[in-house]
Amino acid sequence: MTPFSYRNASDRAEALALGAAGDARFLGGGTNLVDLLRQNVESASELVDVSRFPGSIRETDTGGLRVDASVKNSALAAHPLVRSRYPMLSRALLAGASAQIRNMATVGGNILQRTRCVYFYDADGAQCNKRRPGSGCDAIGGFNRYHAILGASEDCVATHPSDMCVALVALDAVVHLAAPDGERTVPLADIHRLPGTQPEIETVLRPGELITAIELPSATAAATNSEYRKVRDRSSYAFALISVAGGLDVVDGAVAEARIALGGVAAKPWRAKRAEAALRGLPATHASFQAAAEEELAAAQPLEGNAFKVGLAQRTIVAVLQSLAGDHA
Amino acid sequence: MPISINGADHPLPDDPRVSLLDLLREREGLTGTKLGCNQGACGACTVLLDGERVLSCLTLAVQAEGRKVVTVEGLAGHDGGLHPLQQAFIDHDGFQCGYCTPGQICSAIAMAQELGRGDPSHVTADLSHGPDGPTRAEIRERMSGNLCRCGAHNGIVEAIEEMLAGEAA
Ligand SMILES: Cc1cc2nc3c(=O)[nH]c(=O)nc-3n(C[C@H](O)[C@H](O)[C@H](O)COP(=O)(O)OP(=O)(O)OC[C@H]3O[C@@H](n4cnc5c(N)ncnc54)[C@H](O)[C@@H]3O)c2cc1C
Ligand code: FES
Ligand code: FES
Repeated sequence: MTPFSYRNASDRAEALALGAAGDARFLGGGTNLVDLLRQNVESASELVDVSRFPGSIRETDTGGLRVDASVKNSALAAHPLVRSRYPMLSRALLAGASAQIRNMATVGGNILQRTRCVYFYDADGAQCNKRRPGSGCDAIGGFNRYHAILGASEDCVATHPSDMCVALVALDAVVHLAAPDGERTVPLADIHRLPGTQPEIETVLRPGELITAIELPSATAAATNSEYRKVRDRSSYAFALISVAGGLDVVDGAVAEARIALGGVAAKPWRAKRAEAALRGLPATHASFQAAAEEELAAAQPLEGNAFKVGLAQRTIVAVLQSLAGDHA
Repeated sequence: MPISINGADHPLPDDPRVSLLDLLREREGLTGTKLGCNQGACGACTVLLDGERVLSCLTLAVQAEGRKVVTVEGLAGHDGGLHPLQQAFIDHDGFQCGYCTPGQICSAIAMAQELGRGDPSHVTADLSHGPDGPTRAEIRERMSGNLCRCGAHNGIVEAIEEMLAGEAA
């Protein structure tokens, strides 16, 4: 671990001023960044702690929910309004990591956590275009059970590991960003980039830009009739092979609104737009769900070790929608 | 500001790279807290920070400035007697080698509070209603962040059940 200094920012202005300097990095709970610093995958001249700002969860004027970036994953999962109005978000958070890690992890850090690709982590022994641009990708011909089947490139097949982000993208969450020269908002769906030829550029954030909050629009019927299903190699404390955040509103036997997003399939939380569009107005039946799931995965390009994910993703989408349709299906 | 460890103030390390775990073990001689993976994957280093369970291997010591840390050494009663959960671990064979035990015990004490205030878990059936009490399924899921390579999990769950039953009585 290369030496760094540490500053505990007392407010946003101080964080932005400190974050603009050299190779400074913001520090949330540290559950990802401290690990990567220790593995020499990342380095920093200074850590600017933004986890100790006061953070809150509050209703917006338009009936949505605003969550400050420093809110802990455990607090968000347990919040009564999240549990009652956006259950897929509580479920996604509770399916991630362990209770200890959820107590430490912040909302901002969760969004910006980096891939768990083993070759990305192996700074001494493996080639990785994300870690060292141009060096190659050992995952493509290597151990790629956990890697992407959608939106990957010849240069990188890593996945984004967050569970929380899968629910957030399905709920149309918006991310509030601040920089010394002003503020902006970006839909969560547009925060992470697909790898293309530059897998080292993972998000649209500019250097020194701080996540200050996320905002959920007021809950629709499908946001509230929602769930999160995670398929993994052991039943707890493991990253997703495939996960599905699903929300469904059925009126007179037909799909009025469907929200579907996938985790474990791409370098970003994957909103299943094709499946959603295919479902609209169709009878809420197994056949419709199956057709929509196939439509979404039609573009999948699996690797040797993860071909099983295509069928697994389809079956998980269908199972989630069936469960949400309940007596209608 | 110093860090409070088991009720006594301790200075911050000069080097911010020092983890809370290394501060406890290497500088303060509190070797009850264990180093397993040093990567967040095993739970052996679990301590209480302002009463909540966290991993000391991924916490920088400087992040604990002005906060209260409680380790397994801080759990025993004033008379030096065992914490009821420590006794329950002995009674139920909640360990073999004992390496994961301090982390298991700190974790379970915080878990009991989380359960008590009705926080949901991954296996809670009804999110709005909250957990149906300390069922085995709830305990197992909530303790999944503490691995035991000796496989003493059955005894661990039984010991925790006994502690929770004692609290309810
Ligand atoms: C063993 C283990 C198992 C895990 N399992 C899961 C799992 O199953 N599912 C899952 O979803 N996650 C899992 N995680 C990952 C965990 O959720 C993330 O590490 C955590 O959410 C990161 O949050 P943090 O606050 O600790 O971020 P940090 O580690 O502090 O920071 C992460 C990144 O975000 C940046 N950052 C932090 N806050 C801000 C901000 N406000 N503005 C701008 N940049 C910021 C940092 O500079 C850094 O680049 C696991 C982690 C471990 C160690
Ligand atoms: S040593 Fe901290 S989780 Fe393993
Ligand atoms: S008792 Fe040996 S690791 Fe748990």
